[in-house]
Amino acid sequence: MTMPDLATVARVLIAVLAVPLALSAYRMIKGPGYADRLVALDMLTAVVVSLAALTTVATGRRAFLDIGLGVALINFVSTCAFATFLERKGGPR
Amino acid sequence: MMRLLVAALLLATGVTFIVIAGIGVARLPDVFQRMHAATKAGGIGTSLVVLGVLVGSGVARPVTGILTVVFMLISLSVASQLLARAAYLSDASVQELDGRDALAGVLDRERGNDAGGGRSSMAD
Repeated sequence: MTMPDLATVARVLIAVLAVPLALSAYRMIKGPGYADRLVALDMLTAVVVSLAALTTVATGRRAFLDIGLGVALINFVSTCAFATFLERKGGPR
Repeated sequence: MMRLLVAALLLATGVTFIVIAGIGVARLPDVFQRMHAATKAGGIGTSLVVLGVLVGSGVARPVTGILTVVFMLISLSVASQLLARAAYLSDASVQELDGRDALAGVLDRERGNDAGGGRSSMAD
């Protein structure tokens, strides 16, 4: 039995990650309130960080892991800002 | 060989967690339950994937990966706490929760139209 190398595994897993990407896109389009869309944005960022990490393995370039760290940093600031805006706005929807 | 096996296992487990989190975000009935799926399962899945990359790939810098994991675990919890507070204050529905609304007298849901168990501002 021949083992597939790790780059192949990473390519397959990148294809699998299209499923949560599509599901969070569905929630972002459909989601009844602003809070649902912000949760979908959070989920989307988690998927993107994983995609960046898997691309590091698939291509062998270490810069993609730095992209993951950058996206994670930006996500924290943006979620805090959007949550503050939502809290200040108040009211339904 | 052993290292590659461990790395593949970590990657597959992490991706499974993320898929489950995605299903939860799409299917659960309530903002707070969706947040529960996205934050916990998503954070664990991403951390496992980054750890698997650190174990398996020879090129990745360990410092970057460990910083990413630590930062994701800290920032996702803080951000989701802020987001939950904002969602509660902006009158998200709490009708799907069991029991009474524990924040009913603590946080003021202003301008509400009594979407859930919260205080109605129509009374005053």
